[in-house]
Amino acid sequence: MPMTITEKILAAHAGKEQVVPGELINARVDFVLGNDITAPVAIKEFEKIGVADVFDRERVALIPDHFTPNKDIKSAEQARLLRQFSQKHNLVNYFEVGRMGIEHCLLPEQGLVGPGDLVIGADSHTCTYGALGAFSTGVGSTDLAAAMALGETWLKVPESIKFEFAGQLNPWVGGKDLILYTIGDIGVDGALYQAMEFTGPAIESLSMDGRFTMCNMAIEAGGKSGIVAPDEITRAYVEGRCKRPYQFYQSDPDAKYEKVYYYDASRIEPQVAFPHLPENTRPVSEAGNVEIDQVVIGSCTNGRMEDLREAAKLLKGKKVHKNVRLVIFPGTQEIYLQALREGLIEIFVEAGGAVSTPTCGPCLGGHMGILAKGERAVATTNRNFVGRMGDPESEVYLANPAVAAASAIMGRIAGPWEVD
Amino acid sequence: MELRGKAWKFGSDIDTDAIIPARYLNTSDPAELAKHCMEDADPAFPTRVKPGDIIVAGKNFGCGSSREHAPIAIKAAGVSCVIAKTFARIFYRNAFNIGLPIFEAPEAADDIKEGDEVTVDAGTGTITNKTTGRTYQATPVPPFMQQIIAAGGLINYVAERMNQSCTK
Repeated sequence: MPMTITEKILAAHAGKEQVVPGELINARVDFVLGNDITAPVAIKEFEKIGVADVFDRERVALIPDHFTPNKDIKSAEQARLLRQFSQKHNLVNYFEVGRMGIEHCLLPEQGLVGPGDLVIGADSHTCTYGALGAFSTGVGSTDLAAAMALGETWLKVPESIKFEFAGQLNPWVGGKDLILYTIGDIGVDGALYQAMEFTGPAIESLSMDGRFTMCNMAIEAGGKSGIVAPDEITRAYVEGRCKRPYQFYQSDPDAKYEKVYYYDASRIEPQVAFPHLPENTRPVSEAGNVEIDQVVIGSCTNGRMEDLREAAKLLKGKKVHKNVRLVIFPGTQEIYLQALREGLIEIFVEAGGAVSTPTCGPCLGGHMGILAKGERAVATTNRNFVGRMGDPESEVYLANPAVAAASAIMGRIAGPWEVD
Repeated sequence: MELRGKAWKFGSDIDTDAIIPARYLNTSDPAELAKHCMEDADPAFPTRVKPGDIIVAGKNFGCGSSREHAPIAIKAAGVSCVIAKTFARIFYRNAFNIGLPIFEAPEAADDIKEGDEVTVDAGTGTITNKTTGRTYQATPVPPFMQQIIAAGGLINYVAERMNQSCTK
Protein backbone atom coordinates (compact mmCIF):
# COMPACT_ATOMS: atom_id res chain seq x y z
CA MET A 1 0.00 0.00 0.00
CA PRO A 2 1.32 3.48 -0.82
CA MET A 3 2.44 5.60 2.13
CA THR A 4 3.31 9.23 2.85
CA ILE A 5 6.82 10.15 4.03
CA THR A 6 5.43 10.50 7.56
CA GLU A 7 3.88 7.02 7.50
CA LYS A 8 7.12 5.52 6.16
CA ILE A 9 9.24 7.04 8.94
CA LEU A 10 6.75 5.95 11.61
CA ALA A 11 6.54 2.41 10.17
CA ALA A 12 10.34 2.11 10.12
CA HIS A 13 10.54 3.15 13.78
CA ALA A 14 7.73 0.83 14.83
CA GLY A 15 9.39 -2.11 13.09
CA LYS A 16 6.45 -2.54 10.74
CA GLU A 17 6.06 -2.93 6.99
CA GLN A 18 3.37 -0.30 6.98
CA VAL A 19 1.17 1.84 9.21
CA VAL A 20 -2.17 3.51 8.57
CA PRO A 21 -3.57 6.77 9.97
CA GLY A 22 -5.31 6.29 13.31
CA GLU A 23 -3.15 3.29 14.24
CA LEU A 24 -1.46 3.43 17.65
CA ILE A 25 2.19 2.45 17.55
CA ASN A 26 5.10 2.08 19.92
CA ALA A 27 7.97 3.74 18.11
CA ARG A 28 11.70 3.84 18.74
CA VAL A 29 12.96 7.42 19.17
CA ASP A 30 16.26 8.54 17.66
CA PHE A 31 16.61 11.62 19.81
CA VAL A 32 14.76 13.41 22.64
CA LEU A 33 15.14 16.87 24.13
CA GLY A 34 13.97 19.16 26.87
CA ASN A 35 14.62 22.72 28.03
CA ASP A 36 14.89 24.64 31.29
CA ILE A 37 11.09 24.95 31.61
CA THR A 38 10.02 21.45 30.62
CA ALA A 39 12.99 19.29 31.69
CA PRO A 40 12.73 19.99 35.45
CA VAL A 41 9.28 18.36 35.45
CA ALA A 42 10.56 15.54 33.21
CA ILE A 43 13.51 14.86 35.52
CA LYS A 44 11.19 14.62 38.53
CA GLU A 45 8.93 12.17 36.66
CA PHE A 46 11.92 10.20 35.30
CA GLU A 47 13.15 9.63 38.82
CA LYS A 48 9.77 8.13 39.80
CA ILE A 49 10.13 5.41 37.14
CA GLY A 50 13.03 3.86 39.03
CA VAL A 51 15.49 3.18 36.21
CA ALA A 52 19.19 3.75 36.77
CA ASP A 53 19.93 5.50 33.52
CA VAL A 54 18.60 7.16 30.39
CA PHE A 55 18.18 4.89 27.35
CA ASP A 56 21.19 6.38 25.58
CA ARG A 57 23.37 9.17 26.95
CA GLU A 58 24.15 10.39 23.41
CA ARG A 59 20.51 10.77 22.42
CA VAL A 60 19.10 12.92 25.21
CA ALA A 61 19.69 16.67 24.89
CA LEU A 62 19.04 19.14 27.68
CA ILE A 63 19.17 22.76 26.58
CA PRO A 64 18.73 25.63 29.01
CA ASP A 65 17.50 28.27 26.55
CA HIS A 66 14.23 29.76 27.77
CA PHE A 67 15.07 31.80 30.89
CA THR A 68 18.84 31.80 30.37
CA PRO A 69 21.25 33.40 31.05
CA ASN A 70 19.28 32.83 34.29
CA LYS A 71 16.83 35.70 34.65
CA ASP A 72 16.18 35.25 38.38
CA ILE A 73 16.88 32.94 41.31
CA LYS A 74 14.04 30.52 40.58
CA SER A 75 15.17 30.19 36.96
CA ALA A 76 18.71 29.54 38.15
CA GLU A 77 17.40 26.71 40.35
CA GLN A 78 15.57 25.18 37.38
CA ALA A 79 18.62 25.44 35.11
CA ARG A 80 20.72 23.81 37.84
CA LEU A 81 18.45 20.74 37.81
CA LEU A 82 19.37 20.21 34.13
CA ARG A 83 23.07 20.65 34.81
CA GLN A 84 23.03 18.21 37.75
CA PHE A 85 21.00 15.62 35.87
CA SER A 86 23.34 15.89 32.86
CA GLN A 87 26.37 15.36 35.08
CA LYS A 88 24.81 12.46 36.95
CA HIS A 89 23.86 10.65 33.75
CA ASN A 90 26.94 11.74 31.82
CA LEU A 91 24.84 13.25 29.02
CA VAL A 92 26.84 14.14 25.93
CA ASN A 93 24.41 16.80 24.75
CA TYR A 94 24.02 19.28 27.56
CA PHE A 95 24.60 22.80 26.27
CA GLU A 96 25.77 25.41 28.74
CA VAL A 97 25.27 29.16 28.34
CA GLY A 98 28.03 30.44 26.07
CA ARG A 99 28.05 27.17 24.15
CA MET A 100 24.32 26.81 23.58
CA GLY A 101 21.66 28.06 21.27
CA ILE A 102 17.90 28.10 20.93
CA GLU A 103 17.16 24.36 20.86
CA HIS A 104 15.55 24.18 17.42
CA CYS A 105 18.31 26.23 15.79
CA LEU A 106 21.01 24.32 17.67
CA LEU A 107 20.20 20.63 17.17
CA PRO A 108 20.06 20.67 13.35
CA GLU A 109 23.13 22.92 13.22
CA GLN A 110 25.08 20.49 15.40
CA GLY A 111 24.02 17.55 13.22
CA LEU A 112 22.20 15.88 16.11
CA VAL A 113 18.95 15.39 14.19
CA GLY A 114 18.76 14.29 10.57
CA PRO A 115 16.60 13.03 7.71
CA GLY A 116 14.46 10.00 8.49
CA ASP A 117 14.79 10.48 12.27
CA LEU A 118 11.97 10.18 14.76
CA VAL A 119 12.40 12.91 17.37
CA ILE A 120 10.23 13.95 20.30
CA GLY A 121 10.91 17.00 22.42
CA ALA A 122 9.31 18.65 25.40
CA ASP A 123 8.79 21.83 23.46
CA SER A 124 5.97 22.43 21.02
CA HIS A 125 8.29 23.74 18.29
CA THR A 126 10.09 20.39 18.07
CA CYS A 127 8.17 20.05 14.80
CA THR A 128 10.95 22.24 13.27
CA TYR A 129 13.11 19.22 12.30
CA GLY A 130 10.52 18.11 9.76
CA ALA A 131 12.41 20.51 7.48
CA LEU A 132 15.13 17.83 7.29
CA GLY A 133 12.67 15.13 6.27
CA ALA A 134 12.35 13.80 9.82
CA PHE A 135 9.24 13.06 11.88
CA SER A 136 9.45 15.27 14.93
CA THR A 137 6.80 16.42 17.34
CA GLY A 138 6.34 18.24 20.62
CA VAL A 139 5.22 16.44 23.76
CA GLY A 140 4.91 17.25 27.45
CA SER A 141 7.38 16.62 30.23
CA THR A 142 5.93 13.26 31.29
CA ASP A 143 6.14 11.91 27.74
CA LEU A 144 9.77 13.08 27.65
CA ALA A 145 10.45 11.30 30.95
CA ALA A 146 9.00 8.05 29.62
CA ALA A 147 11.01 8.31 26.39
CA MET A 148 14.22 9.07 28.32
CA ALA A 149 13.71 5.79 30.16
CA LEU A 150 12.38 3.57 27.36
CA GLY A 151 13.92 4.99 24.19
CA GLU A 152 10.49 4.73 22.68
CA THR A 153 7.15 6.50 22.73
CA TRP A 154 3.56 5.76 21.77
CA LEU A 155 2.12 7.69 18.87
CA LYS A 156 -1.09 7.77 16.91
CA VAL A 157 -0.25 7.73 13.20
CA PRO A 158 -1.56 11.06 11.92
CA GLU A 159 -3.44 11.67 8.72
CA SER A 160 -1.42 13.79 6.32
CA ILE A 161 -2.46 17.02 4.63
CA LYS A 162 -0.53 18.12 1.55
CA PHE A 163 0.19 21.80 0.88
CA GLU A 164 1.39 22.32 -2.65
CA PHE A 165 2.98 25.66 -3.43
CA ALA A 166 3.23 26.41 -7.15
CA GLY A 167 5.12 29.35 -8.66
CA GLN A 168 8.11 31.33 -7.47
CA LEU A 169 8.51 33.48 -4.37
CA ASN A 170 8.23 37.25 -4.67
CA PRO A 171 11.02 39.52 -3.38
CA TRP A 172 11.03 39.78 0.46
CA VAL A 173 8.83 36.69 0.73
CA GLY A 174 10.16 33.66 2.60
CA GLY A 175 9.16 30.58 4.54
CA LYS A 176 7.59 32.75 7.25
CA ASP A 177 5.14 34.27 4.78
CA LEU A 178 4.20 30.91 3.27
CA ILE A 179 3.43 29.43 6.67
CA LEU A 180 1.60 32.52 7.97
CA TYR A 181 -0.45 32.55 4.77
CA THR A 182 -1.26 28.86 5.27
CA ILE A 183 -2.29 29.34 8.91
CA GLY A 184 -4.37 32.36 7.86
CA ASP A 185 -6.15 30.12 5.38
CA ILE A 186 -6.77 26.99 7.46
CA GLY A 187 -6.88 28.49 10.98
CA VAL A 188 -5.10 27.69 14.24
CA ASP A 189 -6.71 24.25 14.37
CA GLY A 190 -6.81 23.67 10.62
CA ALA A 191 -4.35 20.78 10.87
CA LEU A 192 -5.29 19.51 14.34
CA TYR A 193 -3.55 16.16 15.08
CA GLN A 194 -2.36 15.96 11.44
CA ALA A 195 0.96 15.92 9.59
CA MET A 196 1.48 18.92 7.30
CA GLU A 197 3.50 18.03 4.22
CA PHE A 198 4.86 20.98 2.25
CA THR A 199 5.57 20.38 -1.45
CA GLY A 200 5.68 22.08 -4.84
CA PRO A 201 8.16 24.16 -6.86
CA ALA A 202 8.25 27.04 -4.35
CA ILE A 203 9.23 24.63 -1.56
CA GLU A 204 11.78 22.83 -3.75
CA SER A 205 13.58 26.14 -4.28
CA LEU A 206 13.27 27.20 -0.62
CA SER A 207 16.48 27.27 1.47
CA MET A 208 16.92 25.07 4.54
CA ASP A 209 16.46 28.12 6.78
CA GLY A 210 13.12 28.86 5.09
CA ARG A 211 12.04 25.24 5.48
CA PHE A 212 12.92 25.26 9.19
CA THR A 213 10.73 28.35 9.61
CA MET A 214 7.78 26.68 7.87
CA CYS A 215 7.93 23.40 9.77
CA ASN A 216 8.54 25.29 13.02
CA MET A 217 5.07 26.83 12.83
CA ALA A 218 3.12 23.66 11.93
CA ILE A 219 2.06 23.58 15.60
CA GLU A 220 0.47 27.03 15.11
CA ALA A 221 -2.07 25.33 12.82
CA GLY A 222 -2.58 22.57 15.42
CA GLY A 223 -0.38 20.19 13.40
CA LYS A 224 1.34 17.20 14.96
CA SER A 225 4.26 17.67 12.60
CA GLY A 226 5.41 19.52 9.51
CA ILE A 227 7.59 17.91 6.89
CA VAL A 228 9.46 18.65 3.66
CA ALA A 229 10.74 15.71 1.61
CA PRO A 230 14.54 15.75 1.59
CA ASP A 231 16.29 16.71 -1.65
CA GLU A 232 19.65 18.08 -2.82
CA ILE A 233 19.24 21.21 -0.66
CA THR A 234 18.77 18.93 2.35
CA ARG A 235 21.75 16.81 1.30
CA ALA A 236 24.01 19.83 1.02
CA TYR A 237 23.00 20.83 4.56
CA VAL A 238 23.38 17.45 6.27
CA GLU A 239 26.48 16.11 4.49
CA GLY A 240 29.46 16.26 6.79
CA ARG A 241 27.21 17.66 9.54
CA CYS A 242 25.00 14.79 10.70
CA LYS A 243 26.59 12.79 13.48
CA ARG A 244 24.48 9.69 12.83
CA PRO A 245 23.55 7.85 9.60
CA TYR A 246 20.46 9.32 7.99
CA GLN A 247 17.91 8.13 5.50
CA PHE A 248 15.91 9.97 2.84
CA TYR A 249 12.23 9.02 2.60
CA GLN A 250 9.75 10.23 -0.02
CA SER A 251 5.97 10.01 -0.21
CA ASP A 252 4.67 7.55 -2.76
CA PRO A 253 3.03 9.32 -5.72
CA ASP A 254 -0.31 7.70 -4.91
CA ALA A 255 -0.10 8.14 -1.12
CA LYS A 256 -3.37 9.07 0.58
CA TYR A 257 -3.96 12.54 1.97
CA GLU A 258 -6.81 13.71 4.14
CA LYS A 259 -6.79 16.94 2.11
CA VAL A 260 -4.68 18.75 -0.48
CA TYR A 261 -4.36 22.52 -0.58
CA TYR A 262 -2.99 24.29 -3.67
CA TYR A 263 -1.44 27.73 -3.33
CA ASP A 264 0.24 29.99 -5.89
CA ALA A 265 3.35 31.33 -4.15
CA SER A 266 3.74 34.09 -6.73
CA ARG A 267 0.50 35.64 -5.41
CA ILE A 268 1.67 35.72 -1.79
CA GLU A 269 3.19 38.92 -0.40
CA PRO A 270 4.84 39.37 3.02
CA GLN A 271 2.28 38.56 5.71
CA VAL A 272 1.58 40.02 9.13
CA ALA A 273 -0.39 38.13 11.80
CA PHE A 274 -2.36 40.59 13.90
CA PRO A 275 -3.14 40.03 17.61
CA HIS A 276 -4.06 37.68 19.18
CA LEU A 277 -3.86 34.57 17.00
CA PRO A 278 -1.39 33.51 14.28
CA GLU A 279 -4.38 32.99 11.96
CA ASN A 280 -5.21 36.72 11.89
CA THR A 281 -3.04 37.31 8.87
CA ARG A 282 -3.12 39.98 6.20
CA PRO A 283 -0.68 41.16 3.55
CA VAL A 284 1.64 43.82 4.93
CA SER A 285 0.33 46.27 2.31
CA GLU A 286 -3.06 46.04 4.03
CA ALA A 287 -1.73 46.47 7.58
CA GLY A 288 -2.70 50.16 7.78
CA ASN A 289 -0.91 52.57 10.09
CA VAL A 290 0.15 50.54 13.13
CA GLU A 291 2.71 52.40 15.24
CA ILE A 292 5.04 50.19 17.26
CA ASP A 293 7.27 50.32 20.35
CA GLN A 294 9.50 47.29 19.88
CA VAL A 295 10.85 44.96 17.22
CA VAL A 296 12.18 41.49 18.01
CA ILE A 297 14.25 39.64 15.40
CA GLY A 298 15.26 36.08 16.27
CA SER A 299 13.77 32.95 17.94
CA CYS A 300 13.55 29.31 16.86
CA THR A 301 11.36 30.55 14.01
CA ASN A 302 13.59 33.24 12.47
CA GLY A 303 16.95 33.38 14.27
CA ARG A 304 19.10 31.80 11.55
CA MET A 305 21.79 33.24 9.24
CA GLU A 306 19.46 33.94 6.34
CA ASP A 307 17.11 35.81 8.69
CA LEU A 308 19.89 38.01 10.07
CA ARG A 309 21.23 38.71 6.56
CA GLU A 310 17.76 39.74 5.41
CA ALA A 311 17.38 42.15 8.34
CA ALA A 312 20.89 43.54 7.85
CA LYS A 313 20.20 44.31 4.18
CA LEU A 314 17.58 46.83 5.31
CA LEU A 315 19.30 48.12 8.44
CA LYS A 316 22.66 48.79 6.78
CA GLY A 317 23.37 52.50 7.02
CA LYS A 318 19.93 53.19 8.56
CA LYS A 319 18.81 54.14 12.04
CA VAL A 320 16.13 52.52 14.17
CA HIS A 321 13.15 54.89 14.58
CA LYS A 322 13.42 57.04 17.71
CA ASN A 323 10.28 55.53 19.26
CA VAL A 324 11.33 51.94 18.68
CA ARG A 325 13.53 49.46 20.58
CA LEU A 326 15.09 46.86 18.30
CA VAL A 327 16.30 43.64 19.94
CA ILE A 328 18.07 40.95 17.91
CA PHE A 329 18.65 37.34 19.01
CA PRO A 330 20.96 35.15 16.92
CA GLY A 331 19.76 31.56 17.27
CA THR A 332 23.06 29.96 18.32
CA GLN A 333 26.61 30.87 19.27
CA GLU A 334 27.75 29.70 15.81
CA ILE A 335 25.21 31.96 14.11
CA TYR A 336 26.28 34.82 16.38
CA LEU A 337 29.92 34.31 15.41
CA GLN A 338 29.14 34.04 11.71
CA ALA A 339 27.04 37.23 11.90
CA LEU A 340 29.97 38.92 13.61
CA ARG A 341 32.38 37.78 10.88
CA GLU A 342 30.06 38.98 8.13
CA GLY A 343 29.74 42.40 9.77
CA LEU A 344 26.04 41.99 10.51
CA ILE A 345 26.39 42.63 14.24
CA GLU A 346 28.16 45.90 13.44
CA ILE A 347 25.30 46.90 11.14
CA PHE A 348 22.75 46.16 13.89
CA VAL A 349 24.64 48.06 16.58
CA GLU A 350 25.34 51.02 14.25
CA ALA A 351 21.63 51.17 13.48
CA GLY A 352 20.82 51.42 17.19
CA GLY A 353 19.76 47.83 17.79
CA ALA A 354 20.50 45.73 20.89
CA VAL A 355 22.06 42.34 20.13
CA SER A 356 21.59 39.57 22.69
CA THR A 357 23.17 36.23 23.37
CA PRO A 358 20.92 33.38 22.15
CA THR A 359 17.79 32.92 24.31
CA CYS A 360 14.07 32.35 23.83
CA GLY A 361 13.72 35.44 26.06
CA PRO A 362 10.96 37.76 24.89
CA CYS A 363 9.26 35.31 22.51
CA LEU A 364 7.41 33.76 25.43
CA GLY A 365 7.43 36.83 27.66
CA GLY A 366 10.33 35.46 29.68
CA HIS A 367 12.88 38.27 29.79
CA MET A 368 15.08 40.49 27.58
CA GLY A 369 12.35 42.61 26.03
CA ILE A 370 9.04 42.42 27.89
CA LEU A 371 6.21 44.73 26.80
CA ALA A 372 4.40 47.18 29.07
CA LYS A 373 0.63 47.63 29.07
CA GLY A 374 -0.57 48.98 25.73
CA GLU A 375 2.75 48.48 23.95
CA ARG A 376 3.02 46.92 20.51
CA ALA A 377 5.77 44.80 19.00
CA VAL A 378 6.53 43.43 15.57
CA ALA A 379 8.27 40.09 16.09
CA THR A 380 9.70 37.36 13.89
CA THR A 381 8.59 34.88 16.56
CA ASN A 382 5.76 32.36 16.36
CA ARG A 383 2.92 33.31 18.71
CA ASN A 384 0.92 36.47 19.32
CA PHE A 385 -1.43 35.21 22.04
CA VAL A 386 -2.74 37.55 24.74
CA GLY A 387 0.16 38.43 27.05
CA ARG A 388 2.65 36.37 25.09
CA MET A 389 5.41 38.99 25.23
CA GLY A 390 4.44 40.75 28.43
CA ASP A 391 1.42 42.62 29.78
CA PRO A 392 -1.93 41.02 28.86
CA GLU A 393 -2.82 44.35 27.25
CA SER A 394 0.25 44.44 25.00
CA GLU A 395 0.17 43.33 21.36
CA VAL A 396 2.41 41.20 19.14
CA TYR A 397 2.39 41.29 15.33
CA LEU A 398 4.16 38.37 13.65
CA ALA A 399 6.18 38.95 10.49
CA ASN A 400 9.31 37.95 8.58
CA PRO A 401 12.74 39.49 9.36
CA ALA A 402 12.61 41.96 6.44
CA VAL A 403 9.23 43.35 7.51
CA ALA A 404 10.46 43.48 11.11
CA ALA A 405 13.60 45.42 10.12
CA ALA A 406 11.63 47.80 7.88
CA SER A 407 9.15 48.37 10.71
CA ALA A 408 12.01 49.13 13.14
CA ILE A 409 13.23 51.85 10.78
CA MET A 410 9.80 53.30 9.97
CA GLY A 411 8.35 53.17 13.51
CA ARG A 412 5.23 51.41 12.22
CA ILE A 413 4.42 48.17 10.43
CA ALA A 414 6.05 48.64 7.03
CA GLY A 415 6.91 46.72 3.89
CA PRO A 416 10.64 46.41 3.07
CA TRP A 417 10.03 48.41 -0.14
CA GLU A 418 9.07 51.46 1.97
CA VAL A 419 12.65 51.84 3.20
CA ASP A 420 14.68 53.91 0.73
CA MET B 1 -16.36 8.26 39.82
CA GLU B 2 -18.67 11.25 39.67
CA LEU B 3 -17.19 14.70 39.13
CA ARG B 4 -19.37 17.59 40.19
CA GLY B 5 -19.07 21.35 40.15
CA LYS B 6 -20.02 24.73 38.81
CA ALA B 7 -19.20 25.52 35.17
CA TRP B 8 -16.70 28.20 34.19
CA LYS B 9 -17.25 29.06 30.54
CA PHE B 10 -14.44 30.01 28.14
CA GLY B 11 -14.30 30.58 24.39
CA SER B 12 -12.34 28.84 21.63
CA ASP B 13 -8.55 28.59 21.13
CA ILE B 14 -7.74 29.09 24.83
CA ASP B 15 -3.96 28.83 24.62
CA THR B 16 -1.50 27.59 27.22
CA ASP B 17 -0.24 31.16 27.79
CA ALA B 18 -3.78 32.03 28.92
CA ILE B 19 -3.95 28.90 31.10
CA ILE B 20 -0.59 29.61 32.75
CA PRO B 21 1.44 32.61 31.50
CA ALA B 22 5.15 31.98 30.91
CA ARG B 23 6.04 34.71 33.41
CA TYR B 24 5.16 32.18 36.15
CA LEU B 25 7.07 29.26 34.66
CA ASN B 26 10.22 29.78 36.68
CA THR B 27 8.71 27.19 39.00
CA SER B 28 6.91 23.89 38.52
CA ASP B 29 5.34 23.86 42.00
CA PRO B 30 1.65 22.98 41.41
CA ALA B 31 0.37 25.19 44.27
CA GLU B 32 2.28 28.21 42.89
CA LEU B 33 1.04 27.57 39.36
CA ALA B 34 -2.56 27.23 40.60
CA LYS B 35 -2.44 30.80 41.95
CA HIS B 36 -2.24 32.07 38.35
CA CYS B 37 -4.39 29.51 36.57
CA MET B 38 -6.42 31.04 33.68
CA GLU B 39 -5.37 34.47 34.91
CA ASP B 40 -4.98 36.08 31.48
CA ALA B 41 -8.35 34.73 30.31
CA ASP B 42 -10.24 35.66 33.50
CA PRO B 43 -8.31 37.44 36.29
CA ALA B 44 -10.98 36.44 38.86
CA PHE B 45 -10.63 32.72 38.16
CA PRO B 46 -7.71 31.78 40.45
CA THR B 47 -9.28 33.36 43.54
CA ARG B 48 -12.89 32.33 42.91
CA VAL B 49 -12.62 28.81 41.55
CA LYS B 50 -13.95 26.17 43.99
CA PRO B 51 -12.80 22.56 44.37
CA GLY B 52 -14.70 20.41 41.89
CA ASP B 53 -15.53 23.25 39.47
CA ILE B 54 -15.49 22.41 35.77
CA ILE B 55 -13.97 24.34 32.86
CA VAL B 56 -16.18 24.33 29.76
CA ALA B 57 -14.61 25.68 26.56
CA GLY B 58 -14.94 25.82 22.79
CA LYS B 59 -12.65 24.31 20.18
CA ASN B 60 -8.85 23.80 20.35
CA PHE B 61 -8.51 24.13 24.14
CA GLY B 62 -4.87 24.19 25.25
CA CYS B 63 -3.32 25.20 21.94
CA GLY B 64 0.22 26.56 21.84
CA SER B 65 3.09 25.46 24.02
CA SER B 66 3.84 21.95 25.30
CA ARG B 67 4.07 23.14 28.91
CA GLU B 68 2.69 20.43 31.18
CA HIS B 69 2.37 23.23 33.70
CA ALA B 70 -0.97 24.04 32.01
CA PRO B 71 -2.89 20.88 33.00
CA ILE B 72 -0.91 20.82 36.28
CA ALA B 73 -2.14 24.35 37.12
CA ILE B 74 -5.74 23.44 36.29
CA LYS B 75 -5.61 20.28 38.38
CA ALA B 76 -3.92 22.04 41.31
CA ALA B 77 -6.53 24.82 41.20
CA GLY B 78 -9.06 22.14 42.18
CA VAL B 79 -10.81 21.89 38.81
CA SER B 80 -12.30 18.39 38.53
CA CYS B 81 -12.31 18.18 34.73
CA VAL B 82 -12.33 20.12 31.46
CA ILE B 83 -15.09 19.76 28.86
CA ALA B 84 -14.39 21.20 25.40
CA LYS B 85 -15.44 20.89 21.77
CA THR B 86 -11.89 19.81 20.86
CA PHE B 87 -8.46 19.81 22.51
CA ALA B 88 -5.08 20.71 21.06
CA ARG B 89 -3.05 17.50 20.80
CA ILE B 90 -0.15 18.13 23.19
CA PHE B 91 -2.54 19.35 25.89
CA TYR B 92 -4.69 16.24 25.31
CA ARG B 93 -1.70 13.92 25.85
CA ASN B 94 -0.45 15.89 28.83
CA ALA B 95 -3.81 15.84 30.58
CA PHE B 96 -3.99 12.03 30.41
CA ASN B 97 -0.36 11.68 31.42
CA ILE B 98 -0.80 13.71 34.61
CA GLY B 99 -4.32 12.50 35.44
CA LEU B 100 -6.51 15.52 34.68
CA PRO B 101 -9.83 14.18 33.33
CA ILE B 102 -10.86 15.83 30.05
CA PHE B 103 -13.93 15.24 27.89
CA GLU B 104 -14.52 16.06 24.26
CA ALA B 105 -18.24 16.89 24.00
CA PRO B 106 -19.20 19.55 21.41
CA GLU B 107 -22.90 19.74 22.33
CA ALA B 108 -22.23 20.03 26.04
CA ALA B 109 -19.60 22.69 25.36
CA ASP B 110 -22.20 24.72 23.43
CA ASP B 111 -25.15 24.26 25.81
CA ILE B 112 -23.65 24.53 29.27
CA LYS B 113 -23.72 28.09 30.62
CA GLU B 114 -21.50 29.86 33.11
CA GLY B 115 -22.54 28.90 36.63
CA ASP B 116 -24.55 25.78 35.67
CA GLU B 117 -24.20 22.80 38.01
CA VAL B 118 -22.62 19.95 36.06
CA THR B 119 -21.84 16.32 36.87
CA VAL B 120 -19.70 13.95 34.84
CA ASP B 121 -19.52 10.18 35.16
CA ALA B 122 -15.80 9.77 34.54
CA GLY B 123 -16.15 6.10 33.64
CA THR B 124 -18.86 6.40 30.99
CA GLY B 125 -18.29 10.00 29.86
CA THR B 126 -21.90 10.92 30.54
CA ILE B 127 -22.25 14.63 31.25
CA THR B 128 -25.35 15.98 33.04
CA ASN B 129 -26.29 19.61 33.35
CA LYS B 130 -28.12 19.59 36.69
CA THR B 131 -29.37 23.14 36.11
CA THR B 132 -31.22 22.27 32.87
CA GLY B 133 -31.53 18.51 33.27
CA ARG B 134 -29.95 17.80 29.86
CA THR B 135 -27.43 15.02 29.36
CA TYR B 136 -24.63 14.58 26.84
CA GLN B 137 -22.18 11.84 25.85
CA ALA B 138 -18.46 12.60 25.52
CA THR B 139 -16.39 11.07 22.70
CA PRO B 140 -15.07 7.69 23.94
CA VAL B 141 -11.44 7.55 25.05
CA PRO B 142 -9.21 5.20 22.99
CA PRO B 143 -8.60 1.87 24.84
CA PHE B 144 -4.83 2.48 25.09
CA MET B 145 -5.41 5.76 26.90
CA GLN B 146 -7.83 4.01 29.23
CA GLN B 147 -4.91 1.72 30.18
CA ILE B 148 -2.84 4.77 31.06
CA ILE B 149 -5.69 6.09 33.21
CA ALA B 150 -6.15 2.69 34.84
CA ALA B 151 -2.44 2.55 35.69
CA GLY B 152 -2.73 6.00 37.31
CA GLY B 153 -0.89 8.00 34.66
CA LEU B 154 1.91 7.40 32.15
CA ILE B 155 4.75 7.14 34.66
CA ASN B 156 3.09 4.30 36.57
CA TYR B 157 2.29 2.63 33.28
CA VAL B 158 5.94 2.85 32.19
CA ALA B 159 7.21 1.73 35.61
CA GLU B 160 4.96 -1.37 35.39
CA ARG B 161 6.31 -2.13 31.93
CA MET B 162 9.94 -1.71 33.01
CA ASN B 163 9.27 -4.03 35.96
CA GLN B 164 7.77 -6.68 33.72
CA SER B 165 10.71 -6.58 31.31
CA CYS B 166 13.15 -6.86 34.26
CA THR B 167 11.44 -9.94 35.69
CA LYS B 168 11.12 -11.70 32.31
